[in-house]
Amino acid sequence: MTMQQIYLAIPLLPLCAAIVVGLFGKNLPRAAAHVLTILGVGAAFALSVYVFKDALLGHVYNETVYSWLKSGNVSFEIGFLIDRLSAMMMVVVTFVSLMVHIYTIGYMHEDKGYARFFSYISLFTFAMLMLVMSNNFMQLFFGWEAVGLVSYLLIGFWYTRPTAIYANLKAFLVNRVGDFGFLLGIGLVLYHFGSLDYAAVFSVAPQMADAKINLIGNIQWSLMTVTCILLFIGAMGKSAQVPLHVWLPDSMEGPTPISALIHAATMVTAGIFMVARMSPLFELSSTALSFVMIIGSITALFMGFLGIIQNDIKRVVAYSTLSQLGYMTVALGASAYSVAIFHLMTHAFFKALLFLGAGSVIMGMHHDQDIRNMGNLKKYMPVTWITSLIGSLALIGTPFFSGFYSKDSIIEAAKASTITGSGFAYFSVLAGVFVTAFYSFRLYFLVFHGTEKWREVKHGVGHDDHRDEKAVIKDDDSHVKTHDSAHDDHADDHANDEHAHHHGLGPNDDPHEPGWVIKLPLILLAIPSLFIGYFAIEPMLYGNFFKGVIFVDSATHPAMHELTHEWHEVIHSAAGMAYHGLMSLPFLLAFSGVALAWFFYMKRPDIPAKIQTKFSLINRVLENKYYFDSFNEKVFAAGSRFIGNKLWLIGDVKIIDGAIVNGTANLVVKLSGIVRKLQTGLIYHYAFAMIIGVFFMLSFYSFKF
Amino acid sequence: MVDYFSLDYFLKHILSFAIWVPVLSGIVLLFTADENKPDNTRWLALVGGLVSFLVTIPLYTHFNFADGGFQFQEGFRWIPAFNINYHLGVDGIAIPLILLTSFTTVIVIIAAWEVIEKRVAQYMACFLIMSGLMIGVFSALDAILYYVFWEAMLIPMFLVIGIWGGPNRVYATIKFFLYTLLGSLLMLVAFIYLHMQTGSFEVTDFHRVTLPLNVQILIFLAFFTAFAVKIPMWPVHTWLPDAHVEAPTGGSVVLAAIALKLGGYSFLRFAMPIAPDAAHHLSGYMIALSLIAIVYIALVALVQKDMKKLIAYSSISHMGFVTLGFFIFNNLGLEGAIVQMVSHGFISAAMFLCVGVLYDRVHSRQIESYGGVANTMPTFAAFAVLFAMANSGLPGTSGFVGEFMVILGAIEANFWYAFLASFTLIFGAAYTLWMVKRVFYGEIANSHVAALKDINKRELLILSTLAIMVLALGIYPQPLTDMTNATVTQLLSQLAQSKLPAGFTSGL
Repeated sequence: MTMQQIYLAIPLLPLCAAIVVGLFGKNLPRAAAHVLTILGVGAAFALSVYVFKDALLGHVYNETVYSWLKSGNVSFEIGFLIDRLSAMMMVVVTFVSLMVHIYTIGYMHEDKGYARFFSYISLFTFAMLMLVMSNNFMQLFFGWEAVGLVSYLLIGFWYTRPTAIYANLKAFLVNRVGDFGFLLGIGLVLYHFGSLDYAAVFSVAPQMADAKINLIGNIQWSLMTVTCILLFIGAMGKSAQVPLHVWLPDSMEGPTPISALIHAATMVTAGIFMVARMSPLFELSSTALSFVMIIGSITALFMGFLGIIQNDIKRVVAYSTLSQLGYMTVALGASAYSVAIFHLMTHAFFKALLFLGAGSVIMGMHHDQDIRNMGNLKKYMPVTWITSLIGSLALIGTPFFSGFYSKDSIIEAAKASTITGSGFAYFSVLAGVFVTAFYSFRLYFLVFHGTEKWREVKHGVGHDDHRDEKAVIKDDDSHVKTHDSAHDDHADDHANDEHAHHHGLGPNDDPHEPGWVIKLPLILLAIPSLFIGYFAIEPMLYGNFFKGVIFVDSATHPAMHELTHEWHEVIHSAAGMAYHGLMSLPFLLAFSGVALAWFFYMKRPDIPAKIQTKFSLINRVLENKYYFDSFNEKVFAAGSRFIGNKLWLIGDVKIIDGAIVNGTANLVVKLSGIVRKLQTGLIYHYAFAMIIGVFFMLSFYSFKF
Repeated sequence: MVDYFSLDYFLKHILSFAIWVPVLSGIVLLFTADENKPDNTRWLALVGGLVSFLVTIPLYTHFNFADGGFQFQEGFRWIPAFNINYHLGVDGIAIPLILLTSFTTVIVIIAAWEVIEKRVAQYMACFLIMSGLMIGVFSALDAILYYVFWEAMLIPMFLVIGIWGGPNRVYATIKFFLYTLLGSLLMLVAFIYLHMQTGSFEVTDFHRVTLPLNVQILIFLAFFTAFAVKIPMWPVHTWLPDAHVEAPTGGSVVLAAIALKLGGYSFLRFAMPIAPDAAHHLSGYMIALSLIAIVYIALVALVQKDMKKLIAYSSISHMGFVTLGFFIFNNLGLEGAIVQMVSHGFISAAMFLCVGVLYDRVHSRQIESYGGVANTMPTFAAFAVLFAMANSGLPGTSGFVGEFMVILGAIEANFWYAFLASFTLIFGAAYTLWMVKRVFYGEIANSHVAALKDINKRELLILSTLAIMVLALGIYPQPLTDMTNATVTQLLSQLAQSKLPAGFTSGL
């Protein structure tokens, strides 16, 4: 096989598997669904590793596969750019995807939509690969929207649940808001650079650094700033940055394996990847970078706060994902693109691990997701316990764990950055460390330690934190249904519902750890969560790994330069960084976060409740997620419907149809009505009219002469 | 000696075949059909439709892609006294639309198979005849010939809605008829004026004649009245939702897939090249109307409760991209508009057929009559979601290509045009997917839905054919743009050339 054939095979194998399983899944034996898709993704993974090794040798491939469309002198192409960045992404995507495929065998084994699910996740793998392998903006947009489609399908996988189909529509639309900006950004690139090919655009970019465009009146705007901010708006949608983050927590309505794959490890990081890919453009606008950095810091800190008050195990992890995406975005803003990608990679492993661990807990708990009903699971689920502990330690940035290296580098980069907003960013990421440690270990202690609370609680109290259910009912006025709790009331009547079999553990039941198809992915993901940072930091951040891929203008944005300097002068090695880390402020903050969590939830569980009542205002704001959802509901959703209704009933029906169209018809009717009155059909009327006529004619003539 | 059975003879007269084969098969159907044996009629109609489709294929295979002018020309003198000719010919813009027409007719015939039970022969004949007449519109190079086809195709459409339509069909047909007729009359006036200037009714002569600006504006406006109604552009669009709601499924399909394109096509064939200076002069207004269509109508679509109305409004919104693409005068925009017309042909046909599938089973078009259809009709739901995504302009489907090109083209003209047009990304997805959510997802809403049977083989056949077209055009649109490229380039240079007489700015 030539390299070109290998590149083609990598996305096409999962696609073929997805098509076969999707179209014929119902007629094939159940096992065929996972065998075929795992073969496809497994082969893609193996080939990706091969390609990665090849890329390490410094080979770069940038070729067109086929010409999609030609119009005038513009040509749109489908093509691959395989360099170290895309090769690394390919390995991460296919690896996590493979793990999730294996895990799904266990997680979904009772589901009616088994084949459909495998088809979707393989299709997702294809779309994500096309996105990262692209060598041009159009294909990037293709993959971008295609992953959005699969995300839509998977969030709504259990399509009978009102919450799920509300969440998937919301996710799609919020992403479309981002894509709105993204598409305009792409349009500006095409118009001003004359091409959508990365290489061509990046090569002319420096000449455009000072280009100006007129948008409103005669005010001059920097082309690069406008373009980069528009492109970044796309990233805000996909990577769930404030204020376009609202879809991600709701996306937890999807089955847990896809929360791990799509909504933690891969798709949501597409925005980060995109900005890193576009570094030659973003480097030309400090304004855009400041914008990026500020959005990222807001997301990193404020979404972390929300993680503290969640009681649904998946939602805690979801808010943690939001916060970590904020960290990556801060790194982008600080021009530390390689650091952002580095964190993307480590996060992919440990967050996928945490999600799959949560899934394992959920299975053990018989689909009860409320952490207040759990406790002491370490006794029953040792593998899940150890791997989740590894994931949590990596997440909070414990020295030597992978998350430590990437997160600490982000904090250092924010500190070293000099652009507007970097002070706030540094504060946010620093404070975020404490918050992250606190909510992570709150979860950890509540789930794996303490008393076995499901033995005390009565059944069915879970999920009172699903506030959106009310929203669902409001949103959908044609289908008003009373809907108290997402799960209990239609658990019985639908076989394809996750909760069909059972909901929650009985007081006398023991949780059990699921089989090897669940445990194996956990263990395989725990390994990179432990070690990848230690081994990868030096080559990725301070070596030649991203040379020629990521471009940093060290003169204006010196953060990365300073980090490199410090590495060579002070730190020297990954081990050295860990030792330094043990004495640093972030570690202290993380440690106190863990300690506080232990104190609150293990030692004095009465305190959190007291705090909640004491600071009820803050609590309410947090519980309502800063009111983003209600604002969007009331202003955008209801507003559009209101305007639409008015335009229709007043514009179309009343004015155009009523006044003009039917008005014209009515006018004709009226006129003819008047004319008709003259035609009475009575002879003497006509005779009288004739006489009058004759009289006038005679008088006319007699006067004339 | 003329060898009537040679390929050569066929290719020389291919356009006549394309027009008259379906018309004649329709007429034959009318006279031979036996009301008691509807199945024979159906098969006969299908054969007629298929042959008519096959006849148009060589237009693609024998097309000279490098030539932007008229090809496959043929003709004879028709009414010498007024210099009226039977003159046919097509370019890269007309051929895709002709293929779309003959293709859609086959789909419509299959779609009507068991659904139409009364007056089968007349129904099928209407569509076959209409297909021929519309191909006539796309291929006429003589203004009067064009006008005859243009008006004649209204009659079968009028009958389809009036006979097989819904309860309020009389209002809808009259509205439809009056709206379109009013515009057409002004167009006829324009033709006669141009005839007085040139002494002929040849379209190419019309393209050449120089006209002062104020004359051009009047001519443009006369054409505009006719074509804007047909497309339809805001604010002369209100006949379309009514017509769609009352029309039978086949009528809606043809109306949306082809009839609207007659208006778009005619802008490119008549209004713009005959009055290029007026087109430039008035482009601001045209763009404004297009953008209103895209945004205003999308918002209106959002609140519709009737599925057919929703799709009808969505059609108007999508046709806004067509007119926007025309009047930004660049390659991407114009070609994008043509791609959008073809793509909308497939997608709107598919959407209306999907509504038809549901209507045949439940006899309601109201969104609120449904809910959870995916539970009982999973295969159908998969198709519906695919077409809904295409309607929302998802990349990889044909719906994306045209919108993408027009938005990129619009940004060259003015950033804010593109900005407003891009709202379709949000609203298009909102109204389409919200409908999908309410109709297909959720619990089974009522006993009608619970009793639904998934699509049968016939429905599977038409929906999968359309799905393949939608995906093929989305994944590889180049064959289509290769076809239009030369013509569009030529048209744009034609439009860039002023037709004002030297030294004059005003005439009449």
